[in-house]
Amino acid sequence: MTGSPPIVRLGSVGKQFAVAGGSTVALEGIELAIAAGEFVSLIGPSGCGKSTLLRIIGDLIRPSSGTVEVNGKPAVRARRDRDYGMVFQAPVLFDWRTIEQNVQLPLEIMNTTRGDRARRAAEMLDLVELADFRRHYPWQLSGGMQQRAAIARALAFEPKLLLMDEPFGALDEMTRERMNDELLRIWERTGTTIVFVTHSIPEAVFLSSRVVVMSRRPGRITHVIDVDLPRPRTDPTRESERYFELVTAVREALRSERGAEDLGALDAAEITGEPLA
Amino acid sequence: MTAASATLGRRAPTVSAHGLGGMLRGAASFVAVIALLVIAWEAAKWIAGDPWREVLGVPFEPPHVPWLDIKQLNDQNLPHVWEIVGAYFRPATRNSDFTLGAVLIDAAIFTGRSAVLGFAAGAIFGLILAIVFVHSALLERALVPYVIASQTVPIVALAPMIVLWVGRDWGSVVLVSAYLTFFPVTIAAVRGLASPDPRALELMRSYATGWWHVLWKVRFPAALPYLFTAFKISATASVVGAIVGEEPTGIRGGLGRAILQFNEQYISGPEKLWATVFACAVLGITLFLIVRVAETLVLRGRSAPSDL
Repeated sequence: MTGSPPIVRLGSVGKQFAVAGGSTVALEGIELAIAAGEFVSLIGPSGCGKSTLLRIIGDLIRPSSGTVEVNGKPAVRARRDRDYGMVFQAPVLFDWRTIEQNVQLPLEIMNTTRGDRARRAAEMLDLVELADFRRHYPWQLSGGMQQRAAIARALAFEPKLLLMDEPFGALDEMTRERMNDELLRIWERTGTTIVFVTHSIPEAVFLSSRVVVMSRRPGRITHVIDVDLPRPRTDPTRESERYFELVTAVREALRSERGAEDLGALDAAEITGEPLA
Repeated sequence: MTAASATLGRRAPTVSAHGLGGMLRGAASFVAVIALLVIAWEAAKWIAGDPWREVLGVPFEPPHVPWLDIKQLNDQNLPHVWEIVGAYFRPATRNSDFTLGAVLIDAAIFTGRSAVLGFAAGAIFGLILAIVFVHSALLERALVPYVIASQTVPIVALAPMIVLWVGRDWGSVVLVSAYLTFFPVTIAAVRGLASPDPRALELMRSYATGWWHVLWKVRFPAALPYLFTAFKISATASVVGAIVGEEPTGIRGGLGRAILQFNEQYISGPEKLWATVFACAVLGITLFLIVRVAETLVLRGRSAPSDL
């Protein structure tokens, strides 16, 4: 955050959902600025509104109050200008399209010429190392490969911002670590800003330049932890002293926000996702 | 959630019974089933029908007397298989220059044309209705009761009225056929168009696309497997519709007319009506198979097609 204008700026964002007999406060008083080129993780217990917040940034959900600016303009404009790519927990690839055709989908919609589409898709599939599988159908690929294809699709139109909603949540631990390495490589090569929702403390620490810790009911930002691990981050990073310190710091930040009565509601992923120190 | 179910919830293909070996096996089992039916048919007549008198015109009078006598199985009610097969090769009527087979092929083409047009009209109408329903919950709530009511009215009651409105020509026939066709398409298309993962719709929203792209790039392709299921039902229904539609219009040259005519002549030649009934079945099976081939081609690379 060295003086460059923020690519995302949230000003006292709040969100209420209507429920039977009233409304529930999902988010309250969210203030956050994300600089261009940052990698920011949102972490918190289930129901803390982190996925909702991601969708508010992407203008998939309207906030009840507050302001959302992306790239210096209102979120609606940013969406219409196709300023961001989206990756979900499931790959959401289309069965009837080959991997290559899936990656080309946003380009088709954006009226890119056929030649540019093919070239761009080839570049993206190279980037995610799926070039050999471009003629395959999604169901012929493993879960990790499908998710890489989804990332290629999200990056195909060179969005300035990548919004990722627990993209590796459905993958096993080994695959997830490999995907984390890949994602960092892609992030470093493309210079895209990434906002990343996760349940996993180690994942958040390993990837991010900042970890935003959220609490539940109402969803609020309680801590923002700067991750000063040197880059490039590789396997030795996962075994470094500083890494464990930061994992502990994030865990304690999460715990401090949690009443004793909420301990039972902890997500299994938060506990089992931790490495044994 | 497994990887397979994550790709918009459709099954990954299993090993399918396609290729040459599969086709041969399919043909062999088809022939075997026909053979079994013929054997069962003739066995029933042997045990409880009339004694044999001739086979394909050749006098043949074995000293066989059936053990039982059941009225339903006599030659009047259940002609011998070879009588029915033979009927295709004999003149359609006493003074006719054409064999019954030739007449029925002509009639099947005539009726088939109406059925195909009715199928196409019904499928398009059914699909448009579904597209409207998927985009407007209000219209869906308002119109669905009438769509359902339309299908509870017996077509034999409605067909004469359609003839009064549209006239005694092929337009009525096509309309009756379309009437029987659109309903399965609407039901399946509503389901199919609504089948994409909500995240797929969010993805499209993130691309800032209009409803047209969502329909054409996501909803419609996702609905295709559902649509083909409906098309297969509708293909056979369209034949029924065309035949039923021909009767009140009094149109000559189709299977509907042939059924009426041979129904009147049943006493003198029961095998002719049976032959006509089988011609109707063959027409229905033909349209069904055309849809199935189209399905295999269109859904290539997706999930494995079944025999239905």
